[in-house]
Amino acid sequence: MATLSVCQPQLGGFSFENCKRNAVLEAEVTKLGCNVPSARKTGTTICGVVFKDGIVLGADTRATEGMIVADKNCSKIHYISPNIYCCGAGTAADTEMTTQIISSNLELHSLSTSRLPRVATANRMLKQMLFRYQGHIGAALVLGGVDCNGPHLYSIYPHGSTDKLPYVTMGSGSLAAMAVFEDRYKQDMEEEDAKRLVRDAIAAGIFNDLGSGSNIDLCVITKGRVDYLRPHDMANKKGVRCVYEHEALPHQTGNYKYKQGTTGVLTKSVIKLDLEVVEETVQTMDTS
Amino acid sequence: MPLSQLKDSVPVTGMGPQVGAYGVQDTLRSGFSSVKNELLPSHALELSEKNFQLNQDKMNFSNLRNIQGLHAPLKLQMEYRAARQIQRLPFLQSSHLALDTLKGNDESISFEDILNDPAQSEMMGEPHIMVEYKLGMM
Repeated sequence: MATLSVCQPQLGGFSFENCKRNAVLEAEVTKLGCNVPSARKTGTTICGVVFKDGIVLGADTRATEGMIVADKNCSKIHYISPNIYCCGAGTAADTEMTTQIISSNLELHSLSTSRLPRVATANRMLKQMLFRYQGHIGAALVLGGVDCNGPHLYSIYPHGSTDKLPYVTMGSGSLAAMAVFEDRYKQDMEEEDAKRLVRDAIAAGIFNDLGSGSNIDLCVITKGRVDYLRPHDMANKKGVRCVYEHEALPHQTGNYKYKQGTTGVLTKSVIKLDLEVVEETVQTMDTS
Repeated sequence: MPLSQLKDSVPVTGMGPQVGAYGVQDTLRSGFSSVKNELLPSHALELSEKNFQLNQDKMNFSNLRNIQGLHAPLKLQMEYRAARQIQRLPFLQSSHLALDTLKGNDESISFEDILNDPAQSEMMGEPHIMVEYKLGMM
């Protein structure tokens, strides 16, 4: 620690002591040609949709660190309260810690009011926290849940603005997923239709965006029931070529053997080799 | 130890130079100085985070004054002042339980409780100097 201020009491929370040192280090490192370590992002496709009885949230499962896949099966749908779940895109640590803090605060709040928490409460808490940190906490969230007033779906941006909409997408694959939603969204869908729509939207993000990949996770929230389907669909299996739904059977990869009889046989001659036994020795094994 | 003489440590808004007794930089208490450190904050959020609690309180008290009249913030501030005095000596960790309950901090968790917990810090303040500063002897 550079200077310890003796007279003022120490406070918790973020400490900005090393910021100047980091700025100097970054300048030095670019001169030398190395790279500063980068944060792990979730370069993601997340989306949510409101259907007749509740909410369906969907997310892919890839976490990237620059150009490398850091986690092939990470869980992006976070628990906030028994009736509220939140998908997170952006910096992985930020989404994880933000949702955990809000989940704890909601739990304390619901214990003190002795009621099931509302989605609007979670939205307000998230928005106030993210605005306080002016976007430096890189968490883009899709918050959805069912409370006493029905199903609600919000999208929350890193700087603190929120939107309350019937269908939302976030992350690097959000445009691909939004294209699917804009085409096929209808009001008051059934649960199976909503699940298929969200699955197709996430699949569009997975196949068209480098930052998203691996499996599709779904979370269906209705009044009194939550189905956390992980994985709902394995879109990218290792070692198997991609199977589309209209193909009957998956073919085996790498089977390059020809059938017997592909090459025609013209002539066949058998030469017998006479081998004589020259020497025969027996060596006993020591089995002690 | 007469607690009524303890100074409330209110952080100063802005970064200004740390002047000591003779109007000069006080190296003993605030360390070595550099003009760059004092003119510009090292991070965009540094100033706003340092004063966040103060600004929140100011805003809440002025709202309360406009809605309920002068008596409401006055009464609350009197209670805060009384609760703030319940603490250990400055270099020890006090729980601030009464103050937290009054402010409502016992029902919320934020980064102040998770990151950089002062109870877990590796360095301890120099006891004699801290107590002398608090009592106003320095």
